[in-house]
Amino acid sequence: MEKESTQSRRQFLQKSVLGGAIVGTSLSIPVLANTDKLELPDNLPEWMRAPGNDFGNYGQPSPHEQQVIRWISANPAAPGNGVSWTPLHDLQGTITPNGLHYERHHNGVPQIDPEQHLLLIDGLVKQALSFDIKSLMRYPMVSRTCFIECGGNSNSGWRSNPIQSQAGYAHGLVSNAEWTGIPLKLLLEEAGIKSTAKWVIAEGADAAALNISIPLEKLLDDALLALYQNGERLRPENGYPMRLVLPGWEGILNVKWLRQLRVTDEPAMSRDETSQYTELLPDGKARQFSFVNEAKSLITSPSLGMMLPDNPGIYQISGLAWSGRGKIARVEISADGGETWRDAELQGPILDKAFTRFNLSWQWQGEYAILQSRATDETGYVQPTREALVENRGRHGFFHYNAIVSWEITEEGDINHVYGF
Amino acid sequence: MSTVFKLSLLLLLSSGSAYAEPTHQSLGKPAEMLSQQSQWNLTISPDGKDLPAGKGTVAQGKQLFALKCAACHGPEGIGASAEPLVGEVGSLISDYPEKTVNSYWPYATTLFDYIRRAMPIDAPFSLSANEVYSLSAYLLSQDGIISSDVELNKESLAKIIMPNRDGFIRFYPEK
Repeated sequence: MEKESTQSRRQFLQKSVLGGAIVGTSLSIPVLANTDKLELPDNLPEWMRAPGNDFGNYGQPSPHEQQVIRWISANPAAPGNGVSWTPLHDLQGTITPNGLHYERHHNGVPQIDPEQHLLLIDGLVKQALSFDIKSLMRYPMVSRTCFIECGGNSNSGWRSNPIQSQAGYAHGLVSNAEWTGIPLKLLLEEAGIKSTAKWVIAEGADAAALNISIPLEKLLDDALLALYQNGERLRPENGYPMRLVLPGWEGILNVKWLRQLRVTDEPAMSRDETSQYTELLPDGKARQFSFVNEAKSLITSPSLGMMLPDNPGIYQISGLAWSGRGKIARVEISADGGETWRDAELQGPILDKAFTRFNLSWQWQGEYAILQSRATDETGYVQPTREALVENRGRHGFFHYNAIVSWEITEEGDINHVYGF
Repeated sequence: MSTVFKLSLLLLLSSGSAYAEPTHQSLGKPAEMLSQQSQWNLTISPDGKDLPAGKGTVAQGKQLFALKCAACHGPEGIGASAEPLVGEVGSLISDYPEKTVNSYWPYATTLFDYIRRAMPIDAPFSLSANEVYSLSAYLLSQDGIISSDVELNKESLAKIIMPNRDGFIRFYPEK
């Protein structure tokens, strides 16, 4: 091996010397013949004629991309209570950059000193245990790419009139990241679960001390105690130094800044599993513990805020699909408001409970059009029309809105949000 | 030591330690003592067993509400920059349902739990147990869920039946 690489390095050096000699010769003739500055390329951009910026300890996006931001919607009287939306319409691929992952905070982002933070596992266990961050770092970890979606994502869809917001600013309380951490099963088993245990009350170390009940079954299945997000330690706004990640289950359960897991036989009936994150139905009853984010899709381009410059022209329809029940099996596109459908191409790898990018080229002839996408997941569940969703659930459920989104293309190439036919 | 000996020792050691079974050490520290401390017992379940000692009246709650809550929740809790807390009992089947504490919340223990851990929003954990009992009493009395002369404490709070107690359909476990 060693011999081969030495040899190939030598060959490379010989070649480059040879190449250099040739280039030098060919260049030297005009330079010698004419020293006029105009002989040098005079139309190179300025950034090719002077050294660039220095190295950076932590890279930032180009200043030309400063408009690609999370859009913040918070209560002015309590600015730590609100959301910020991922600009899905400005992004491509499937991974949400850490600085653009959506946020939902109930009372601000705690600035936690990891040295002082503990995770306590207690309740119906054989041995209550506490873990500090240094100990947790020694456990075996796994990585898992999945989406996290707020139960309240897309809630403007329940309104009578379609909201005229860009795709991400109406549907971007969902993001997709590679989370790395410890399977919770390892930690729960170390504490020893008693036979009467059914639920776990998770609590965060923020200024809302957010608490919520999670079925033990889910924590023993695929839940992670996440410590890393897209390769780096969690961002403060995403739960630093540790959070729960429950693939496919609504955001509120993915408790950030996790400090305690109390194993119990009954749910706590906390505020965020009774007053909030429950869906009122037309008969006055409310759905409770509706944990799974059902299949959903969204065309991110072309979408509201963009326009179609060429008529006629070929456009790349692109978007995202995801399901809390598994893999995306199919995404169909309609350009006529759902009359006819055509399969989009799904971009691999298609991962379980993760964003799947879909694409389809579209020839626009300048006609009025309504673009829609419709996802089907591997269980056969088909994303509903808005009409069907409202028929089934009424208009006052607020949470778990996953209907087909319709973008109206006018003959001028403008794009509006409509509720379709 | 000869080099050959060192190498063979290294081989011996590495063959015994390269791969671990089990995969990791149990590094959790026993935490019975911690688990008993009040800061690790914040959740109040519907059985009320973790409610703290203390008591509060509607009159005390009314005063406190004006001072610490009305700026966001409006006078008497009718709503302002923050959501309404009282009224609208029976509105859930109407065309304009309002999900207030009194119209929607199934358990009064949740009210105590939530006020204590999260309110007021600019100073969580600043209220005493007596103050939380008082505020709970005041809000519940507004819609006649308790009468205005009831003193709330660990026992009386847990016994309250909220108007929407049976208003929820459990979607888990899935059938």
